[in-house]
Amino acid sequence: MEIPVDWYLALSAILFLLGVIGVLFRRNVIIILMSIELMLNAVNISLVALSQATGDVSGQILVFFVMSVAAAEAAVGLAIVIAIFRNKLSVDVNDFNLFKH
Amino acid sequence: MNIDSLVLLAIALPLMGAAFNGLVGLFAPGYRSNKTLIGTLGTLCVAIPFAIGVLLFIQFDHDAHITRAFTWMSAGDFTADFGYRVDQLSLLMMLIVTGVGALIHIYSIGYMRDDPGFWKFFAYLNLFIFAMLNLVLGDNLLVLFLGWEGVGLCSYLLIGFWFTDLKNSEAANKAFIVNRIGDFAFLLAMFILFKDLGSLDFDVILAGGASLAPATINWVVFLLFIGATGKSAQIPLFVWLPDAMAGPTPVSALIHAATMVTSGLYLLARMSSLVLLAPGVMTFIAIIGALTAIMAATIAITQNDIKRVLAYSTVSQLGFMFMAAGVGAFFVAIFHVMTHAFFKGCLFLGSGSVIHGMHEVEHQLEEEGHEVHLDPQDMRTMGGLRKYMPATSITYLISTLAIAGFPLMSGFFSKDEILFKAFEYGYSGNGYAWFVWVVGIITALLTAFYMMRSYVLTFRGKERWPNADRIHPHESPASMTGPLWALAVLAIVGGFLGLPGVIAHGDLNWIHHWLGAPYGGPVAEAVVAEHEASFIVVEWILLILGGVIALVGLGYAWRVYNRDGIEFDQKLAIDFRGLYTTWANKYYWDEGYDKAVVKPVLGLARRVMDPFDRYIVDGLVNGLGSMVRAFSSLFKYLQTGVVQNYAVAILFGVVLLLGLIIFG
Amino acid sequence: MDLSTAYDALGADLQATLSLWLIVLGGLIVIVWDAFRERDALIPVFAGLILVGAIVWDLFQLTAEPATAFYGLIRTGGFAAFVNLLLEVSALCTIVLSVPYLKRIGKDYAEVYGLVLFAVSGMMLLGAANNLVTIFVGLETMSICLYIMAGLVREDEGGIESALKYFLLGAFSTGFFLYGIALLFGSTGSMYLAEIGHAASTSTSAMYWSGVGLLLVGFLFKVSAVPFHMWTPDVYQGAPTTLTGFMSTASKAAAFASLILVLFYAVPYEKWTLAVAVIATITMVLGNLVALSQRNVKRMLAYSSIAHAGYVLVGIVAGSAEGYAGALYYLLVYTLMNIGAFGVLALMEWDNESGRTQSLDSLAGMGYTRPFIGVAMGVFMFSLSGFPPFGGFLGKYAVFAPAIKAGYTWLVVVGVIASMVSAYYYLRVLYVLWMKDSTDPAAMSNDKRVALTVPASSTAVIGFCAVLLLVFGVYPEFLQMAVDFFSPSAVSIAP
Repeated sequence: MEIPVDWYLALSAILFLLGVIGVLFRRNVIIILMSIELMLNAVNISLVALSQATGDVSGQILVFFVMSVAAAEAAVGLAIVIAIFRNKLSVDVNDFNLFKH
Repeated sequence: MNIDSLVLLAIALPLMGAAFNGLVGLFAPGYRSNKTLIGTLGTLCVAIPFAIGVLLFIQFDHDAHITRAFTWMSAGDFTADFGYRVDQLSLLMMLIVTGVGALIHIYSIGYMRDDPGFWKFFAYLNLFIFAMLNLVLGDNLLVLFLGWEGVGLCSYLLIGFWFTDLKNSEAANKAFIVNRIGDFAFLLAMFILFKDLGSLDFDVILAGGASLAPATINWVVFLLFIGATGKSAQIPLFVWLPDAMAGPTPVSALIHAATMVTSGLYLLARMSSLVLLAPGVMTFIAIIGALTAIMAATIAITQNDIKRVLAYSTVSQLGFMFMAAGVGAFFVAIFHVMTHAFFKGCLFLGSGSVIHGMHEVEHQLEEEGHEVHLDPQDMRTMGGLRKYMPATSITYLISTLAIAGFPLMSGFFSKDEILFKAFEYGYSGNGYAWFVWVVGIITALLTAFYMMRSYVLTFRGKERWPNADRIHPHESPASMTGPLWALAVLAIVGGFLGLPGVIAHGDLNWIHHWLGAPYGGPVAEAVVAEHEASFIVVEWILLILGGVIALVGLGYAWRVYNRDGIEFDQKLAIDFRGLYTTWANKYYWDEGYDKAVVKPVLGLARRVMDPFDRYIVDGLVNGLGSMVRAFSSLFKYLQTGVVQNYAVAILFGVVLLLGLIIFG
Repeated sequence: MDLSTAYDALGADLQATLSLWLIVLGGLIVIVWDAFRERDALIPVFAGLILVGAIVWDLFQLTAEPATAFYGLIRTGGFAAFVNLLLEVSALCTIVLSVPYLKRIGKDYAEVYGLVLFAVSGMMLLGAANNLVTIFVGLETMSICLYIMAGLVREDEGGIESALKYFLLGAFSTGFFLYGIALLFGSTGSMYLAEIGHAASTSTSAMYWSGVGLLLVGFLFKVSAVPFHMWTPDVYQGAPTTLTGFMSTASKAAAFASLILVLFYAVPYEKWTLAVAVIATITMVLGNLVALSQRNVKRMLAYSSIAHAGYVLVGIVAGSAEGYAGALYYLLVYTLMNIGAFGVLALMEWDNESGRTQSLDSLAGMGYTRPFIGVAMGVFMFSLSGFPPFGGFLGKYAVFAPAIKAGYTWLVVVGVIASMVSAYYYLRVLYVLWMKDSTDPAAMSNDKRVALTVPASSTAVIGFCAVLLLVFGVYPEFLQMAVDFFSPSAVSIAP
């Protein structure tokens, strides 16, 4: 029996929301990074499912791009986190508010 | 040379002068001391356009000539041309601007000679002339607006010319902010016209105006008038002009008396056929003009600063011009613009000459080691200057007589024409014109009085500065008195360009024939009832009444101030008590604005955001600025610096956007 | 399609997009070069020459017939060439201004130039994209380069903080953006903009509109429209000044260009206009208001750039060819004024503590000691405040007039009020430059004077921007050209 596409979309939406919540409420920059990855991968599920449903392969092609982009982002993101850790000896986002108002 | 290149040359020259003096002065400090060269160049860049204006005037053959410099922008179906229009109205304005402008440039060579910012001053002045020429010669509202903003900017720069004095910077800011309110109304009017007519060309607007809905016309005219009240200092936006006297005196003469402040009138005259379609707004214009005229005149009686007297007098005379516009006599308004440029220019330059002299006295006192601080603009410390500055005294007297409407001088003809037009319009069944007429008569009387007061206090009686027996001023140099004489002559004869209707049935009223639509000119006028033949008697009576009023006002002031000197002000203050206090306090406009706008906003801001007080109460800003500033601080503190708060804002934006798109 | 025709098509496609490949190749060479000869002074020269080559190529492409390349993934000619030129000029100016600036702050890493080139290639992909996949790849290429640039000075707490903020929020918004792509793809079954528009013209679903909305989120984040703007002031303040100029102009221009293409081709409705109009309103109001109370000039310019995004959105709201063209034209003049203004700021920063605060007072009286800079800054500030006859005025006119035509008079009224308010803080810069004496006696110490040696290259770039602003203020040839990008013949290009 084939699982309807709506289920995939629902799963994707839930995972995406979890990612959003993680970005909004976790203090640790590394976990925020992971939450962002979760958001991207949640969308990947949607893309694959929709690609299957519409019969157009370009959705799946985009998934590969997303994965490589996510890898690049993770690399840059972690580099930034390391640099800021060297300065502040902290990975708590609340500590980084030199600029405001 | 053909007309196109002449026009473009006339407009480009002042710009080139400004660029040359400004840039060379800026980059080559050595050039700054070549004052004769700088002054001559600056003057030539205005005098040549004047000559071109004269040439165009002679060649003019009754058809508007439009010079398209280039298409400014064109995208899809909207275009804007950098077009200039030479017709009767713009030529006349051009002659006034460049003619009076050239004289004031010459005057400035003497007046500003000792100022280290000499080069800058001439660069600004030339830039002003450039902007003003764009304003009066532009063929569409956009070019006019370009000039409109440009003159505003130059005015700002020149009011704050001596910026080291904080008061002057404040005056400049005040002028800037108040003018922005008027500019905003002007822009709105442009939007409406553009939206409904698809073009801002004068030809299109004036031809298509009649096809607009009456409500639209009313709004457009009303907004244009609000724009004019900002630039031309009418109630309720006049408050900046008296403060604008902080600038150097030639600036007061050129910008804040002769040219820029009359651009509101030019705008109304240019749009006259549209304005006539909005009789309700015309009533409003006339009444505002009348109220401004009498209000400013009464304030002028109580002022002791010679430049402030003239400033309020300018506001009052501008009120007269709006009275004329409000009764549909636009060409008379322009006539008064012209004569006013002559005599008020002369008066301001004369006051500059006086200030120049009083500065000398101040310096001499300082050299002798006196600890006296003399205000060189205060008439209470002047008196008797006639002996030391004969040329200034005579020219000042001539202009005083002219502005007061002494028979056969220029002001007599132009002011009487305004009063007559108001009378005539009332006679044709427009009740409000009677009110305007009565107020006008009273204001004319007051004008004669306070102008003669200023003359007598300044030039006659005893010298009132300290040690007057040893120290006295000298007459200003020829570069300053020359322009005074030129303007004084114009102030005498200028009125003959608009001889009243009683003479040859108005056939000798050149200015009417030149500008008026019935004779093929660009300035429309209100239709009035046909007069019966006996009406000429009424006209004579009115003319004589005008003369008598001027003589009464002048004569009374001459008598009492020669007799009592400055003491007579005290008598006035006692006789008029409450009224006099009101006048002396300028009807509490500044205080009113302070109470109605500035204080509540500041108070609210304090209560709401006490900890942020120091950001709000921050020197530079006043009035409206504070309100904006308060909100600014409020929003500023939303920016907490914590990245997750920013993410919340993004999420809020997502919800807002999705909501608006899906349910919007 | 057999192999030989495929090769022919590939040849033609490569030629049409040559400037893009040139820049990518240049970027690769710079990175390798830097690995072998660290901080070689010739690297920026090389990068600049690459950009000059690309500019020349795109100048020829400007008049080329609009077409698509690589199976309709990317647009070429006309619109694309215009956007490419804008981006390349911005990058070239940035490189020229950066060389002395980075040397002075001691961070003259040569990989910056590689990053600029890569960022430009991403922007060019984004600004000419005809397909959602292309948009995503372009957007991310650009963004990742910009994150690194913001944190270039990694020893500086501020710099690295701004990079982190930019990165976290950028990645966050990318999540929404990607979701939008997925929804649009799911509801219409295509990634091609025109096909999406075609499918949507027959029927739309809530899924489609959610997709449009989330896509807008990504774009509005990049152009820093309120309320997606919060990162902007912090990032602009912390990033190296010349690179801030680059971020505030090129990345916005690319995102706006892409947004225009998406709205023009893929969203054939007016349903989105109200939403964008609301965003435009709050963007203009808030940007200008907050700019008023900024003491730090860089931060002030950051808020000003937020406000300017609002003006561009007004043109987009109009939804007509004139509106989009006006928006493009606005981006052109905006790029010149902002690159110039940040360039001037970069010159005026000096190396001691007080110089790095970039407070307004640190500029006091500079007009007379450095008249060239003072005059140029005058042009930029007047232009930013929309004063005739500078380009900024014409740009405002070009976006406001179509909006009035489209019936959005209230929006234009808000815009005009906002820009009148803005005159206050722009003119305050000039006031301080020209009308205020330096209050800080140490400010004019020898130290500062040495640091203030203005290299001829910077002078040339700043002068170039100022002169072009004057030219574009009175001679808006490009505006008419931009309208033609949206003519029916350009629209008829199949994906």
